[in-house]
Amino acid sequence: MSVNSQSLSPFSLAALILRRDLHLAARRWDQVLQPLVFFVVVITLFPLAISPELSELRRIAPGILWVAAMLASLLAADALFRPDVEDGVMEQWVLSGQPLAWLLLAKTAGHWLLTGLPLVLVTPLVATGLGVSSEHWLLMFSTLAVGTALLSVLGAIGAALTVGLRRGNMLMALMVLPLEMPVLIFGARAMDMGLHGEAVTGPLSLLAAMLLLSLVLGPFAMAAAIRISIE
Amino acid sequence: MLTDPVNPSMQSRLEVRGLHLWRGEHHLLRGISFTLSGGELLQVKGQNGVGKTSLLRCVAGLLPAESGECLWNGVEARLAAAQFNQSLLYLGHSNALKQDLTALENLVFTLGLKRTVSDSDCQQALSRVGIPQCAELPVRVLSAGQRRRVALAQLAMSEAPLWVLDEPITNLDVQGITMLEGLLAEHLARGGAVVSAAHQPLLAGHPGNRELVLN
Repeated sequence: MSVNSQSLSPFSLAALILRRDLHLAARRWDQVLQPLVFFVVVITLFPLAISPELSELRRIAPGILWVAAMLASLLAADALFRPDVEDGVMEQWVLSGQPLAWLLLAKTAGHWLLTGLPLVLVTPLVATGLGVSSEHWLLMFSTLAVGTALLSVLGAIGAALTVGLRRGNMLMALMVLPLEMPVLIFGARAMDMGLHGEAVTGPLSLLAAMLLLSLVLGPFAMAAAIRISIE
Repeated sequence: MLTDPVNPSMQSRLEVRGLHLWRGEHHLLRGISFTLSGGELLQVKGQNGVGKTSLLRCVAGLLPAESGECLWNGVEARLAAAQFNQSLLYLGHSNALKQDLTALENLVFTLGLKRTVSDSDCQQALSRVGIPQCAELPVRVLSAGQRRRVALAQLAMSEAPLWVLDEPITNLDVQGITMLEGLLAEHLARGGAVVSAAHQPLLAGHPGNRELVLN
């Protein structure tokens, strides 16, 4: 009865989890698309509600894009750990003898690939409707890519904390929204500055620094929260 | 030869001492103690709600007890959790299966967290539990008994010396119970230990059969 689990490298574990989540997403694509549809619909409603005047829309475009991205990520976060906790798979992860923080980080990375990255990729399309010209695409990609990744990690911490509660999603929004405020402020500010031709390295570096910090500390918070949630 | 590697029974020893657990206002487990060595099957019995599942979750380390200790080979399991978890296979009430994945994929992804497995190994395990034809079907369309068998297929491939099983015969038919008893007997013969919550006795008459009644 030798136990040869030492042969599993952290990367093969992460690949296994990513592969599983992509398999699952392919079979539940309607749920995966939900945040993306929400994002697109909210943004396309603004010109209808405010004014079709492009100069006016351009002025508030960063705010609209970031608020929509934040709410879409919050919407997606509730389904991050809940299915695995409810069907008992998370118990097996906790008892797998592998570092839970690493497994959850891989899961969060997969979550961002499925719900965050599509938002980033679709942004040029919806931003054109808000009067943002194509020269600013790189700016939008970079700020939103860093921003949505950060929102995914923060959302994952909130999801892990509230997954044991029956109606945890309201509580999660209450907990996570204050944490996400700096992301919203710096993200929208970076995009706004970029649209006015100013250098964006300042707020963008701050966002990147916050992302690195959350990537290092976030998984440990998630792991501790999951252990408490499944008791 | 106590250190003989082909006879690991000497190193499989679970010792639970004075386990107390409160759930809210209710003092559920009041000083549970038992010792289990390799080759032994402990069947935890008792009425519904008496704390069988809680005891198993405490032993597996999912639920921290208020007091008492759980020693695996003489080491406190909570302090050497990674090591203990590698020696442990826990099957709870839920089958821990993803409804949208096939039986084979479920096995590959569950077992893959513990060690490297190939599809053919998993296919073999499904044959062992009598449902080779379900390998490519999503678990969603399987019957409750077939789902249970998919979960039990983990036992057929397990190298863990300690199995903790919560009501393993739920939803199984007569052949299923015989199949499970076969797996258990093999595991005990290899020197493994089993803690199982069960209403019906398993492996009646087996020399390693032990009983713990909660009340």
